[in-house]
Amino acid sequence: MGNQTERVATDTLDSSELLQEQVRAALRSGTGLQISGGGSKSFYGRRVSGVTLSTAAHRGIVGYDPSELVLTARCGTPLSEIEAALAERNQMLAFEPPHFGGAATLGGAIATGLSGPRRPYAGSARDFVLGAKIINGQAEVLAFGGQVMKNVAGYDVARLMTGALGTLGVLLEVSLKVLPRPAAELTLVQHRTPAEAIDVMNIWARRPLPLSGCCFDGDRLYVRLSGAEPAVRAAHDRIGGEILKDDRSFWLSVRDQQHAFFDGPLPLWRVAVPPATPPLDIPGKWLLDWGGSQRWLRSDADAPAIHRHASRAGGHVTLFRGGDRSGDVFHPLVPDLMELHRRIKAAMDPEQVFNPGRMYAGF
Amino acid sequence: MVTRDLNPHMRRELIRTLRRSLPAAAILHDPEALRAYECDGLSAYRELPMLVVLPETVEQVRAVLAACSERGIPVVARGAGTGLSGGALPNADGVLLSLAKLNRILEIDEHNRIARVQPGVRNLAISEAVAPLGLYYAPDPSSQIACSIGGNVAENAGGIHCLKYGLTVHNIQALTFLTPDGRLLAVGGGAPDSPGYDLLALLTGSEGLLGIIVEIVVKLLPRPERAQVALAAFDDAEKAGAAVAAIIAAGIVPAGLEMMDNLAIRAAEEYVHAGYPVDAAAILLCELDGMNEEVSEQILQVRRILTQCGAASVRTAQDERERLLFWAGRKAAFPAVGRLAPDYYCMDGTIPRRNLARVLVRISEMSASAGLRVANVFHAGDGNLHPLILYDASRPGDLERAEQLGARILELCVEVGGTITGEHGVGVEKIDQMCLQFSAPALTQFHALKHAFDPQGLLNPGKAIPTLRRCAEYGAMHVHGGKLHFPEIERF
Repeated sequence: MGNQTERVATDTLDSSELLQEQVRAALRSGTGLQISGGGSKSFYGRRVSGVTLSTAAHRGIVGYDPSELVLTARCGTPLSEIEAALAERNQMLAFEPPHFGGAATLGGAIATGLSGPRRPYAGSARDFVLGAKIINGQAEVLAFGGQVMKNVAGYDVARLMTGALGTLGVLLEVSLKVLPRPAAELTLVQHRTPAEAIDVMNIWARRPLPLSGCCFDGDRLYVRLSGAEPAVRAAHDRIGGEILKDDRSFWLSVRDQQHAFFDGPLPLWRVAVPPATPPLDIPGKWLLDWGGSQRWLRSDADAPAIHRHASRAGGHVTLFRGGDRSGDVFHPLVPDLMELHRRIKAAMDPEQVFNPGRMYAGF
Repeated sequence: MVTRDLNPHMRRELIRTLRRSLPAAAILHDPEALRAYECDGLSAYRELPMLVVLPETVEQVRAVLAACSERGIPVVARGAGTGLSGGALPNADGVLLSLAKLNRILEIDEHNRIARVQPGVRNLAISEAVAPLGLYYAPDPSSQIACSIGGNVAENAGGIHCLKYGLTVHNIQALTFLTPDGRLLAVGGGAPDSPGYDLLALLTGSEGLLGIIVEIVVKLLPRPERAQVALAAFDDAEKAGAAVAAIIAAGIVPAGLEMMDNLAIRAAEEYVHAGYPVDAAAILLCELDGMNEEVSEQILQVRRILTQCGAASVRTAQDERERLLFWAGRKAAFPAVGRLAPDYYCMDGTIPRRNLARVLVRISEMSASAGLRVANVFHAGDGNLHPLILYDASRPGDLERAEQLGARILELCVEVGGTITGEHGVGVEKIDQMCLQFSAPALTQFHALKHAFDPQGLLNPGKAIPTLRRCAEYGAMHVHGGKLHFPEIERF
């Protein structure tokens, strides 16, 4: 048995016991811990106090079997290392986690739960999480989920940890579903008005086309097609447009916010809305990704006004970069829901040791 | 079975209170009427509830919860009652809350590709309603003609297209639920993600223990342009397993990839005449979907791989009629196997696929020593195995032997790195095996999360997550690998 199995042992530094000891020490002394992997997303969320708990040394791919489509790695493993190991076997992380130009780690990618341009078509970070090993707020090492695609035993704590910004525990190890890289990929460009762009992105999404990215920069609409070569060719014929030469660097620039749109001092807002929502009437500069459902806004408009517009459209808002990092960075929750969040936090981290205040004030 | 009426006064008083908010016909208390609700799809477990309520509005559901919460009465939610793990088994001292009458599709938004539905809507009814728009709802559990979307969310139901299209958790965007004390909360919406914790994921598959779901927003996908299926016969299950790995290693993600063993093949063939090769040790059904051009290319690739992996024969469906016929055999596998014996018991483990051959050999050894036949039906693409244990409940000791064999099979799944349930849920059925899969601190963490949602412990008590005491008792019976899983717990 095991002829299909492949164990890729890269750097096998297991520092889970050391991390557990640091959590115990923080509990004893009543100090808050600020969890940090590669530091590439330290700008994200609310400003947080506490002693740094670095997960960077806890790294290494601990299991990867290409024919099972499952990879397990420690939280400090750089995303670049994981992506290189996958690329060797012609596979990928289909949610395209942002690196933001830094030494992004798996732990940070899952803790922030952020996904790149392929997300509406392939799934989000949490969609690919199969299991996680964590340290909870009582310094216990716990395992949830597993290394298989289908698993409904117990509450889905591994997915609850995704996007919780480290406020519920330290991610030690994560198992992810991975996917084959598409055989062919192509990006087409069309000139469109904002209203047209939104319309056409949503018309395409209702058809069985091999879409893997739809982004509009205010003037040009970029459509990425991925799949078997004949499917990409056929979709190209149906959609039309000019072929973008350096398509890979364009999508990376959107994923990592290196695109010129992201330059400059104005606060960066992420406005998430139902994809077919018409252009929103908020002053500022817009870049639409995810087929219209993730809209980046550079604006110094009032936070309450932006919240109001997004709520009215059935969406929600994040102050992604800049602005006041001690206020409501994430969309405010209704009181009953906030109360439930506090109780979940208390269930996982009763002493409030992890990333205090990073998501919402008070926990 | 005798109705237990521990507190007739409380029951009468509760009925009086509920009548203020619900029509009399929506409250069942006559033992004969209650009998229809004594079990779900797992009929080996039966219990009569104190009352059954059939609310028709969210406001009525809220009234039921408020009344029960004030009195400390347990509430068990039920959808269509097709569950296979006893998740909707009534509590003798509690209220069975049927959500079947909340069965309206509230909104179809074709532009944003979502539908807002009530929990009692049948899974298949959603795809039927949006079919004229060229859209469908992807998860397709085999009971989709009857099962409700609320039950699908509670169990995180799968189906035969999971590898490519995901489980329920991947195909819903918002939930509205009531807390046990009757507060209405909404998470998610038409926009991607939601602020705060991913409660959508936490509630999906929580088996009715965390909240009562009263509204669901599901994602709708465009119907693929074409689907084509290949049927391959193998003289050895290990070769079939290797073919599955080879297809996936070639970069193909089939829409469906199913395997059946000889006993299941013969039963299905006899039942629906799907044209299956009855002398094969195993068959694989591999379905590809997508754009016409893509399917044409990939079906050739798949044929080549199957042949290289030693398939004795490979056939592709000549037309849509034959494609549906190939699937009809697979979809009828459970009832077909059910004709081989008076009763059958369906298991639901998931294993890493690389261990398939080893697991099948062990199951056949265990089956022989238990003296009970086992047919295997396998969602090969995602590793979800359904061994069907044949027995005769009228023969003394048979049910117990079937349950013991089932428990051993689940233990085997955990041992090879898998899980005790891939899609049917834990319910009451697999609650003991939870003790093998999770450590005591992990179970304690589950209970703490449950407490955050339901401090009184009124929602579906006794299901899904075992108490540590129960695990200690179970551990005393089954010492696993020479080690006690719960050495720190007092024994009884």
